[in-house]
Amino acid sequence: MTATVTTPRVGSRNSGIRRGEAAAGWVFVLPVILILGLFLLIPVLMALWVSFSDWSGRGSPLSGTVNFVGLENYAAVTTGGGLAERDFGISLRNIAWYVLLVVPLQTALSLFLAVLVNRAVLRGRGFFRTAFYFPSVTSSVAITILWLFLFSQTGVVNAVLAWIGISGPNWFQEPSGIVHNALAGVGITTGPEALTQTDVLGVSLWEWLAGPSVALSAFILMAVFTTSGTFMLLFIAALQNVGVELGEASMMDGANGWQRFWHITLPQLRPTIFTVVTLGLIGGWQVFDQIYTGTEGGPAKTTVTPAYLSYEAAFTRQEWGEGSAIAFLLFLIIIFFTLIQRWALRERGVSKRRAARYEVKGGRS
Amino acid sequence: MSRRLSGQIFLYALLVILAIIYIFPFLVQVATSFKTDSEAASNALSLFPQTVTFAAYETLFSRSDFPLWFANSTIVTIAVTLGRVFFVSLAGYALARLHFRGRGAIFALVVGVMAVPAVVLLIPKFLVLNQIGIYDTYAAMILPLLVDAAGVFIMKNFFESIPVSVEEQARIDGAGAFRVFWSVVLPMARPALITIIILSFQGSWNELSHFIVATQSPELTTLTKGVASLASGQLSQGTQYPIKLAAALIMTIPVAVMFFVFQKRIMNTTEGAVKG
Repeated sequence: MTATVTTPRVGSRNSGIRRGEAAAGWVFVLPVILILGLFLLIPVLMALWVSFSDWSGRGSPLSGTVNFVGLENYAAVTTGGGLAERDFGISLRNIAWYVLLVVPLQTALSLFLAVLVNRAVLRGRGFFRTAFYFPSVTSSVAITILWLFLFSQTGVVNAVLAWIGISGPNWFQEPSGIVHNALAGVGITTGPEALTQTDVLGVSLWEWLAGPSVALSAFILMAVFTTSGTFMLLFIAALQNVGVELGEASMMDGANGWQRFWHITLPQLRPTIFTVVTLGLIGGWQVFDQIYTGTEGGPAKTTVTPAYLSYEAAFTRQEWGEGSAIAFLLFLIIIFFTLIQRWALRERGVSKRRAARYEVKGGRS
Repeated sequence: MSRRLSGQIFLYALLVILAIIYIFPFLVQVATSFKTDSEAASNALSLFPQTVTFAAYETLFSRSDFPLWFANSTIVTIAVTLGRVFFVSLAGYALARLHFRGRGAIFALVVGVMAVPAVVLLIPKFLVLNQIGIYDTYAAMILPLLVDAAGVFIMKNFFESIPVSVEEQARIDGAGAFRVFWSVVLPMARPALITIIILSFQGSWNELSHFIVATQSPELTTLTKGVASLASGQLSQGTQYPIKLAAALIMTIPVAVMFFVFQKRIMNTTEGAVKG
């Protein structure tokens, strides 16, 4: 019925071949909005309310018997001075080390794998891609069980370590931090007073700097193992979109492989790197399944993550307000890092200093 | 020339070592599931059991709820995948191509929702499910998973990469928005759709935390919940790695099959459509 219109692009919103689009658009997005609203937005608002309330888990949190307690729940986990604060501090310590190690490792490894298998001349690249991607398809529950076995006292990892004369630890039972262990290796077993006497969130700075425990390190390796394949696929897709013309032109100019990668390919991969780092951060901060399946926070709470702590506070200890408060603090942290990351990788106008590098210089060709 | 050759050898050696690191754990897993408990502990590295035993599998299938868990995971996964592919591509298309007021806001909402940690939702999710009276039902397991913000994002990006010219002809011929979507654009989106199918199949089959808070009945236990409880020793005394690894292995098979079936297409998601 709109076939006679011949000027499609211009014209007002409700004329031409754009007629009816608004209605269709809303109908198309309606299911998504309804489901996201009902199972994401409303729950978030309810959780927000619960985090400011003294709801005990009985009845509806919206009923009249539930009181508004302000920031009490938040205070309990951040300044309370009690076990709740210390647990929260420990969980933050754990997850900070986890993210600090996992995100760079998984990003670098997945990019490295993608570059390796993206070569057109490579034989068997389907096989290699499959091999690297396969761990990503398995569930975190299944892979955690496999990991518990591989890293057990008599497991594969320790058997391999035994070849080179190392007697491996009972990984998932070992609460000592790897930085502390390394320091102990050079004879330092107690920290300076400045570190041991200063507490942040009920955890001394010396403990903050302990590094991930041996148990948490096994989880870190697992995360890198299971995510590198997925992110490799994202990088492969991006690499295939990188224009070859620019690379060929620079090859003519005598740029070597590394220069081409660093100056031509990598800048074009920026959006993908952004995606990978952001997804890595978001995923890293919320580790839950592995802890639930594997260690339940042990040994000595060194694998407690904020996500697990939040679940445990609410569902096990019935401290719903506290659990929700932890969840929201976690939420804020994730948003904070996502924003920082977005800012750091934003599309910048080319700076003068940078632009100068590309200007044609009189003396050199 | 020889430098080039040694470079090639180095590349392949590196790839082979990496591949072994990625594959070996699964080979050990298969082997261990056929070992006796004592051999699993005493000889973790061997890929060939000295005494092959099917005891682990027998226990799982005849003396546990494992088959029930499997059935539940299958039901939920199929329902979620079908629904998600449809809803997510509809929304992705609308956000990429249809002009309507509020489109930007909706997209911002979808992206914003991606940042909401799933764990923030654990606590109140079961409340909402309770409130609307579907707690501890299949609906509670399926409905919240029907939509996935990342999927909307992927589909939107894909539709934006298709040149507008493809749809214009259909539009000029008078096709409505849904018809253009269904008959023109969706068939072109096959690579992206397969990505979504894989992601939702994988995602719902492997989902754990949502099922923990959406259900409590043993009859609604999924593989992830059931097998996680195995890990903490519900069925087995002590370590009993063969049973646990067998359970984890069987749980991996459907997603692995799915992956191998669609493998070629996953690896080539950027091909297709119009080029140049």
